Amino acid sequence: MSAAEEIVTEAPAVEAVPKRAMTLGYGTSLAVLAALIIIPLFVKNFIIFQMTMLLIYALAVMALNILTGGSGQFSLGQSAFYAVGAYTSAILMEHAGMNYALTLPIAGIICFGFGFLFGQPALRLSGVYLALATFALATAMPQLLKLGYFEHWTGGVQGLVVTKPDAPFGLPLSQDMWLYYFTLAVSIAIYLASVNLLRSRSGRAFMAIRDNEIAASAMGVDVALYKTLAFGVSAGITGVAGGLGAIAVQFVAPDGYTIQLAISLFLGMVVGGVGWLPGSIVGSAFIIFVPNIAEGISKGLSGAVFGVLLFLVIFLVPHGARQVAIVAQQLAAKLKKN
Amino acid sequence: MVRLGIAHVPQGRGTFTNMTVEENLQLGAISRSDTKAIGSDIERMYEHFPVLKQRYTQQAGTLSGGEQQMLAVARALMLRPRLMLLDEPSFGLAPLIVRDLFRILGKINREEKVTILVVEQNAQLALELADQAYVIETGRIVMSGNAKDIANNEDVRKSYLGY
Amino acid sequence: MELFANQVLAGIATGAIYACMALAVVMIYQAIDHLNFAQGEMAMFSTFVSWQLMQWGVPYWGAFVLTVAFSFAAGIVIERLLFKPLAKAPILTNVAGFIALYAIINSVAGLIWDFTIKQYPTPFGSSPFLGSQLISTHQAGMIGITLLMLLLLFFFFRFTRVGLAMRAAASLPESARLVGINTSWMIALGWGMASAIGSIAGMMIAPVVFLEPNMMLGVLIYGFAAAVLGGLTSPFGAVMGGFLVGIFENLVGTYIPGVGNELKLPIALALIIVVLVVKPAGLFGRAIVKRV
Repeated sequence: MSAAEEIVTEAPAVEAVPKRAMTLGYGTSLAVLAALIIIPLFVKNFIIFQMTMLLIYALAVMALNILTGGSGQFSLGQSAFYAVGAYTSAILMEHAGMNYALTLPIAGIICFGFGFLFGQPALRLSGVYLALATFALATAMPQLLKLGYFEHWTGGVQGLVVTKPDAPFGLPLSQDMWLYYFTLAVSIAIYLASVNLLRSRSGRAFMAIRDNEIAASAMGVDVALYKTLAFGVSAGITGVAGGLGAIAVQFVAPDGYTIQLAISLFLGMVVGGVGWLPGSIVGSAFIIFVPNIAEGISKGLSGAVFGVLLFLVIFLVPHGARQVAIVAQQLAAKLKKN
Repeated sequence: MVRLGIAHVPQGRGTFTNMTVEENLQLGAISRSDTKAIGSDIERMYEHFPVLKQRYTQQAGTLSGGEQQMLAVARALMLRPRLMLLDEPSFGLAPLIVRDLFRILGKINREEKVTILVVEQNAQLALELADQAYVIETGRIVMSGNAKDIANNEDVRKSYLGY
Repeated sequence: MELFANQVLAGIATGAIYACMALAVVMIYQAIDHLNFAQGEMAMFSTFVSWQLMQWGVPYWGAFVLTVAFSFAAGIVIERLLFKPLAKAPILTNVAGFIALYAIINSVAGLIWDFTIKQYPTPFGSSPFLGSQLISTHQAGMIGITLLMLLLLFFFFRFTRVGLAMRAAASLPESARLVGINTSWMIALGWGMASAIGSIAGMMIAPVVFLEPNMMLGVLIYGFAAAVLGGLTSPFGAVMGGFLVGIFENLVGTYIPGVGNELKLPIALALIIVVLVVKPAGLFGRAIVKRV
């Protein structure tokens, strides 16, 4: 029986994104970076705080993007990893008196391990089943955090208060501004590392699995290892974002990390464009600001306004911000010619 | 296309693998309005392809490649088409089965009064079956005419039949 | 032993809710290959419509029939307007669409009927069923209706031409088009039927959980779990899965110490995942064998 005739066609969960298209050009990257560095100097503290959250969610969205856009797996459980990261940082800071910056790599490593382990049973699941499994994780996490056994560490339902760090070396920066630049530095480091990861051997392995698992294994890619690895990396980055989030919000509590967070992160990824890492920041902006805008338009119908805006996005630009970027690029190229 | 009385048997057959053989045949007639005659048509298909009758409650996915091809032809005939298009019916089948299939196709052509258009790379078999033949090279018809004449043509024999 | 039997019985009673919803989940999954996250909200909205009709003086069964008809039509309209244009979009875009629909329906229902809890009538009464305190006549009636719907669906898919065409369109759209099936409308029909079944589920569930815009959230999760457990390709499996999840949840709550109401759901889900790891197509689902 020949190869072509028996294929059970199935729409791919993720549209294949070529490796080059996953990142931004040099010039654009620098422009965005410059904007991110300069803007905070001119705005109020509350807006700086919001920009910090923007970066943090962008990291979490990017982590999901690596998992979904990179390796084709799907997770509704990102809020659980985010929570573990947040609690790790909070507990280490408040109970062990550790420096906030040091807690982040630990949060990342713990989440990496957690994600790697969770990836093991997830190996056998795909599509809706994986969605359900990760969903279970996300719903279980707040309840687990509330459990009496851990109350001494987690503070139970009450949660933990986290102290906001001051700028080091006597720099003349407000707490908010320092935290913003700190977050920015961490985000850039992780972004660059992720881009390199996806361009490396491992990245190619991820994408081979995403596009055709069986073919990938036939070429000698250790599918099981790379799939769990993708889960681990994604969880690790989410954990770091969670840790940063805990520091920025100065508070952790079980109800801050419900399934709603996971759904938001998922929406962020879709709006930003699946598989396009720079889109993460656009997606993050969507999930932070659009609910506010919706509330501003109509208090009683904020959910409906949010839904309508979301529909507008997926109708007009079904590939999210990536599509906008591509169109913009083509326009720019046209202008240059004329 | 269905409404014009043209049935198409695609390359790769397009069998509904998770349905039974009988359901596949019923699907072939789904756009017909004369529901009464469908039952007798299915019986006639079983006469053409006895192997399908043996397996009529089986899931079509469990059939062998040759059986699935027969099912695909039978399903297309359920439409009562005037013209049936067959795309590479020998694709991936054992030579013996292909011969059997072509024999049945000839019989169907005579008995059911259906015009059959076959695109086939097994030129020898196709020319044996056909009345009219066309040789297509890089998208253009380079030769057409009576199948026997074409089979006897020097160039065709050299390039396609290998003797 | 008596405690065990009682808990199983109570589990079946709650399971009936999940079974009802799971049936609607499987219906839409058959038609469009997705899990519709807005399905619970659609059912909730339908239930509110029936409640409104009754407030206006329409008798119960009159409202019931009108609501089912309304839901069927609404399901088709939603598909035509919102999801037909997304048919070729990636799956994740569709999922985002479901979430958007969820937000819209929830918010609109809240605006029209506000968020206070409302009593919802039952046609079966709520006295003990056959002298058992654990299962009421309403719950027995609900189980009966669920099984009846299951039977009707079975006959529809197995013995009618439309049912056959719908199955064909769902399993292999290209071939279905070749034999002259209008696959696009089959999907719309699937939406309509799923919406109608969901509305029945909503009207059966509302007397138990009370009527309010968020009433379906938990139920839908259990409905998904039940459908996945039983096998997404099998309506029968979905109903059985519903009862199993109900029983499961009750036993876990009774026999495992330290499990409050809050941990019931995660544990039930975790056990379901264990089942899936062993049997990925669900307990009653047909394994889809993929060849390359």
